[in-house]
Amino acid sequence: MRLFLALIDIFTNPAFYKLTLTAATPLIFASLGGVFSEITGVVNIALEGIMLMGAFVSVVFTWLTGNAWIGVLFAILVGIGMAWLHAWASITWRGNQIVSGTALILLAQGVTGFLMEPIFGRPGQTDIVGKIPEVKIPLLMKNRFLAQSIGELSPMIYMAFASVFIAWFIIYKTKLGLRMRAVGENPEAADTLGVNVYAVRYFGVLMSGVMASLGGAFLSVGEVGNFRELMTGGRGFIALAAMILGNWNPVGAMWASLLFGFSEAFANQLQSSPLLRVASTTKPLFNMFPFIVTLIVIAGFIGKTRPPAADGVPYEK
Amino acid sequence: MEKAVEMIQIVKRFPQVVANDHVDLTVLKGEIHAIVGENGAGKTTLMNQLYGLLKPDSGEIRIFGKKVNFKGPRDAILMGIGMVHQHFMLVNNLTVAENVVLGSEAGIGPLFDLKSARKKVSELSKRYGLHVDVDAKIEDLPVGMQQRVEILKVLYRGAEILILDEPTAVLTPQETEELFETMFRLRENGKTIIFISHKLNEVMRVSDRITVMRQGKVTGVLNKSETDPRQIARLMVGRDVVFTVEKTPARPNGVVLKVENLHVKDYRNLEAVKGVSFEVRAGEIYAIAGVAGNGQTELVEALTGLRKPVSGRVYFLGKDITHATPRELREMGMGHIPEDRHKYGLILQFPAYYNVILGRHHRPPFANGEFLCHSKILSFAENLLSRFDVRPNNVRMLGANFSGGNQQKLVIAREIGLEPKLMVVSQPTRGLDVGATEFVHKTLIQLRDSGVAILLVSMELDEVLSLADRIAVMYNGQIMGEVEPNAVSIEEIGLMMAGHRLEEIRGRVA
Amino acid sequence: MNQRVWSFLVPLLSVIVALIIASFVILMIGKNPITAYAALVRGALGSKMAIASTIVKTTPLILTGLAVGFGFRAGLFNIGAEGQMIMGAMAATAFAINVGWMPAVLAIPLTMLVGMLAGAGYASIAGFLKAKTGAHEVVTTIMLNWIADYFSSYVVTVPMGVGFGTPKSPEIASSAKLPPLMVVQATELTSGIIVAVLAAVFIKILLDKTSKGYELKAAGFNPYAAEYGGIKLAENIVLAMAISGALAGLAGTLEVMGVHHRFLGTLSGGKGFDGISIALIGQNNPIGIIFAALLMGALRNGSNEMQFVGVPKHIIMIVQAIIIFLVAADRIVRTIFLRKKVAK
Repeated sequence: MRLFLALIDIFTNPAFYKLTLTAATPLIFASLGGVFSEITGVVNIALEGIMLMGAFVSVVFTWLTGNAWIGVLFAILVGIGMAWLHAWASITWRGNQIVSGTALILLAQGVTGFLMEPIFGRPGQTDIVGKIPEVKIPLLMKNRFLAQSIGELSPMIYMAFASVFIAWFIIYKTKLGLRMRAVGENPEAADTLGVNVYAVRYFGVLMSGVMASLGGAFLSVGEVGNFRELMTGGRGFIALAAMILGNWNPVGAMWASLLFGFSEAFANQLQSSPLLRVASTTKPLFNMFPFIVTLIVIAGFIGKTRPPAADGVPYEK
Repeated sequence: MEKAVEMIQIVKRFPQVVANDHVDLTVLKGEIHAIVGENGAGKTTLMNQLYGLLKPDSGEIRIFGKKVNFKGPRDAILMGIGMVHQHFMLVNNLTVAENVVLGSEAGIGPLFDLKSARKKVSELSKRYGLHVDVDAKIEDLPVGMQQRVEILKVLYRGAEILILDEPTAVLTPQETEELFETMFRLRENGKTIIFISHKLNEVMRVSDRITVMRQGKVTGVLNKSETDPRQIARLMVGRDVVFTVEKTPARPNGVVLKVENLHVKDYRNLEAVKGVSFEVRAGEIYAIAGVAGNGQTELVEALTGLRKPVSGRVYFLGKDITHATPRELREMGMGHIPEDRHKYGLILQFPAYYNVILGRHHRPPFANGEFLCHSKILSFAENLLSRFDVRPNNVRMLGANFSGGNQQKLVIAREIGLEPKLMVVSQPTRGLDVGATEFVHKTLIQLRDSGVAILLVSMELDEVLSLADRIAVMYNGQIMGEVEPNAVSIEEIGLMMAGHRLEEIRGRVA
Repeated sequence: MNQRVWSFLVPLLSVIVALIIASFVILMIGKNPITAYAALVRGALGSKMAIASTIVKTTPLILTGLAVGFGFRAGLFNIGAEGQMIMGAMAATAFAINVGWMPAVLAIPLTMLVGMLAGAGYASIAGFLKAKTGAHEVVTTIMLNWIADYFSSYVVTVPMGVGFGTPKSPEIASSAKLPPLMVVQATELTSGIIVAVLAAVFIKILLDKTSKGYELKAAGFNPYAAEYGGIKLAENIVLAMAISGALAGLAGTLEVMGVHHRFLGTLSGGKGFDGISIALIGQNNPIGIIFAALLMGALRNGSNEMQFVGVPKHIIMIVQAIIIFLVAADRIVRTIFLRKKVAK
C-alpha cells in the first residue's frame, strides 16, 4: 500500500519528468553517436570513454575560461580526437573494433584520473566550476506542472532533441546519409560505385565522437557543474543498448533513451521517496535498477531488431 | 572500326601467382566481346583493372584511343565503363532506385532527391526494356531482377562499355535468354559489351569476337564465325576436354533417405522449403537442380541437422531423423560436403590434421576419454592426405593456406573417410578448376558405385546432367518434377527451373 | 618474418611503444620520465618486499588474464571478469566466514570451489543470454559488472558489513585462509600464486590436449563449421563463459583467502579489466598470460612508488590503453617496425 502511494506520488510529481529528461539526455546524445558510427558499419563501444573525456574536458575548459559553452566546444574537439583514434585503428588499420574501443575506454579513465591532480590539485572530484544555466520558456511557466517539468530546462536538453532530428535528416534525407547506410550494409557495393568507404566511415565515427562528448559534457557542465572520476557510470553502454533497442534509427534510439532515462529517474525517486524511507545503505540496490532493465531489454529485443549487415566488419579493398 | 578498349601487355602479380602475364585485349566499339577461360585464368583480375579496382603492375590501358590511368572505379565510370559483377554488388536494405543512383545521386547540394531518382530510374528501365519495380527493396527481389538492377546501375552512369562478369551463373535458361535479348538491344544502341564466361554454348550464342585466356595468358583471339566450341575449349584448357563424365548405369538398391512433405523456414523466418518429398536409394546419385536461392540451401541444412524443419518427416535407413543433431547423423553414417567450404566445411585457422577429424574429434580413435590422441590423429591425417592426393601433403599446414581445390579435397577426404551410407553433396565444384572438378566428379561416381546413396545439390546444369541418375528440379521451395537425365530435354528442365511443373509442361506438349 | 615470431613480438613491441608514449605524457605534466620509470622499477623489483608484493599483485591478474584469454579462444569477449571476481569473492567470503569448525584441508578447497561456482554462475547469465538471444556478451557483462558492483556495496554494508570506514565483511575463518609461502617483512607472499599457475597449466591442457578444448577453439574460430561438425554452440558458449567466470571468481576468492582475509568493497579494483590487456599481451596463451600478468603486476606495484615522485598511478592505465590499442590494430606495430608500407 505504501509502495502504491509512493508510486502515485512519484508519477504526479512534475520533477520526476524533468529528472527523466535529464537522465535521458546523455543517453540520447551517446546513442545517436552509436547510430552514426554503426550505421556506417563501425562498432563503437568507446562511447563510454568518449563521454568520460567529454565530461572532463568541458569542466577543465569551463574552469579555465569561465564559460561553460567554451568548455562544451573543447569537449567536442577532444571527442572528435578520441573518435579519430578509433577510426584510425578500426578503419585505416582494420583493427578489432571492440578491442580498440576497450582501449579507448581505458585511455579515458587513465587520462582523466591522471590529470586530476596536476590540474585540480586532488583526485576524486573537482570543485564546482560552473554550469550552463537553464532557460525558462515563459509560455510554459503559467501552468505549475508544466513549469516544474519542462518549463525550465538546460538548453542542452533541447540540443539533444534537435540532434535527433538532425541525425535523422542526415541519415535519411541526404546523399551522404544514403551512402552511410549503403556502406554499413554492403561496403563493397558502395566502393564499386565510387563511394569512398573509408571517408564515409570516418564521418560516421567522428560524428559519434561529437555526439558522445556532448553527452559527457551534459553530465558535467550541463547538469552538476563539476567532474567526478568515472562519472559516466556505464551510460555509454546503456546508450549502446538504446541504439540496439531503437533498431539503429535515431528516432528509435531517442525513445529507447527516454525509457532508460525513465527507469533511472524512477529508481532515484523511489529510493528517496519520503513515503518509503529507504535506508541509505539499501540505496545501492536501487542503483542496480537501470542496469537490470537494460539487460532485460537487450535480451528481449536482440534478434528482433536488425543491425547493419557489415556492422563491425573491417573493410578491405 | 573504332577501338573501345585496348589493354596492352598488362601484368598483374599477386603474392602467390601471376594473375595476368603480358595480356593484350582489344575490344571494338559496338561489339559483344567474350572473354573465356577457366576459373583462375585471370579474366576477373583483368576486368578489375579495366574497371579501376586494381592497378596493373605494368602495361597500358586505352579507352577510345585515350591512355588512362585509373585511380579507382570513379575514374573508370567517368570514362564510360560499367561493370556488372559476378556476385551482385547491391545494398540489400535499400530500394532499387536508391541502389541505382548510389554514388551519383540527384539533388540540390547535399540533399538527396528520391523523387527525381525514382523518375530517372523508371525512365531508364523503360528505354532498355529492363522492367523492375523502382520502390522494391533488393532483398525482396528474385535474382533475375537483381541483375537488371545491376545493369540499370551501369546504364545510369552513362556507360558506353559494359563488363558483364559471368552474368548467367545464377540465371534460369529463360532468364539467360532474356539477358541475351537485353545484350542485343544494348548493342543496337551502340553500347560495347565485354562478356566474361566459361560456358561455351553461351559464348557461341551471343558474342562477335572471343578472347581466350589460360593461366594468366591470352591463348587466342577468335572471330565467332570462324571457330567452334572444340577449338575454344582446347585453347582454354590446353588439351582436348572430355565433355562427359564416364559412368555405368546405376544399380540402385533400397531406399536410404526418405523425405516426406518437408517444410523449412529460412533465416528471415520466411518459408523457404514448402512441402518437399523424395527418396534417395543406395547406389544412385539423386540430383536437385535449380537456380540458387530456391530453397536448396535450407533443404540441405534441414536434412543435415543444421536447421530445424517446421513440419514434415525425414527418414534415414528407416529411422526418423527429422530432429536429429549433426552429431547423431554423422554417427549414423551421413556425410555432408557443404556448399560453402569456408563457412561450413573447414576451420581455416586449424591445421589439416585437426580439420580432417572435425565431427569425430570426440570419440575413439581420435579421443580417448576426454583427451585427444594426437599420434593417432596425425597418422590418420597423413594417410588420408596421401590417399586423396592433397597438396601439399603437409598435415600441419593451416586450412587457410591450401588452394581452393585442395581445401575441397580435404573436406571430401574427411567425409568419405567417414565411410558414409549417405552423402549429401552441395555445390561440390564451385570455384574449382577443371582438374579438381574432374577429380570430384570421379570420386562421386566411385562412391556411388560402392553402394553409397548420394544426394547432389547443384546449380550447374551440366554437372547435374552428367552425374545424376535421377533429377528433381526445385523452384520456390517446391519440386517441379522428377526426371531421368536421358529422358528430358534442356528446355523442359529450364521451364521447371523457371517455375513450371513437369505435368504442366508435358501436358501442354501432348 | 613468420607468424609465430610476430605473435610474440607484437605485444612486446606494443609495451615498449606504450612506455615511450607514456614518457611524453609524464613530461607534459612537468615530471622527469626517467625518474618516474626508475621509481617504477624500484617499486616493482627494488627489494625483496617489492618482489613479494609484485607476486601478490600478479596472482589475481594471472587468473583474470586467463579468464579473458580463455574467453577469446572460445570466441567470446568476457569484459565481465570484474563482476565475476566480485561475485566469486563475495560468495567465497560468505562461505568461509562460517567454516571455523572445518579442518583446513576441507575448508580451503571448498571455499575455492564456492568462489569458482559463483563466478561461473554469474558469467553463465551472459553466456545463456548470448546462446538464447544473441545478446552480445560485451554489453551484457558490462551491465552485470555494474549490478555486481552495486550489489556488493549493499552486501558489505548491510548483511555482511562490520566496522566503520571502508565497507568490509568480518574476517573469514582461519581454516579457510591460505597459508603464506613466506613472510617478507610485512608482506605475506601468498600461496595463491601456486594455485594461479596451476590454473594456467590446467587451461593450457584443456585447450591443447582435450576434445572439449578442440570444440571450444573450433567454435571460437568458426561457429558455422563447428555446428556442422556436430558441436553444440549454445552449450559451448555457456560452458566457455562458465569456465571463464570460474577463473575470475577464483581470482577474487584467492584475494580473500590469501591477501585480505575478508571481503572489501574495493577488492576488484580494475583487475578484471587488467585481464583484457594481459590476455592480449599474452596472446591468449596460458603460459604467455603468466608472464603478461607478471609484467602488469610489476607495473601496478611499481606505480605506487611512482606516486611518491609525483606521477599519478593512472599512468599505468594509459600505458595499458596504448598497449591494447596497438594490439587491436597490430598492423600499426608491424608497419612501424618493418618500415614497409602495408598495401593501402
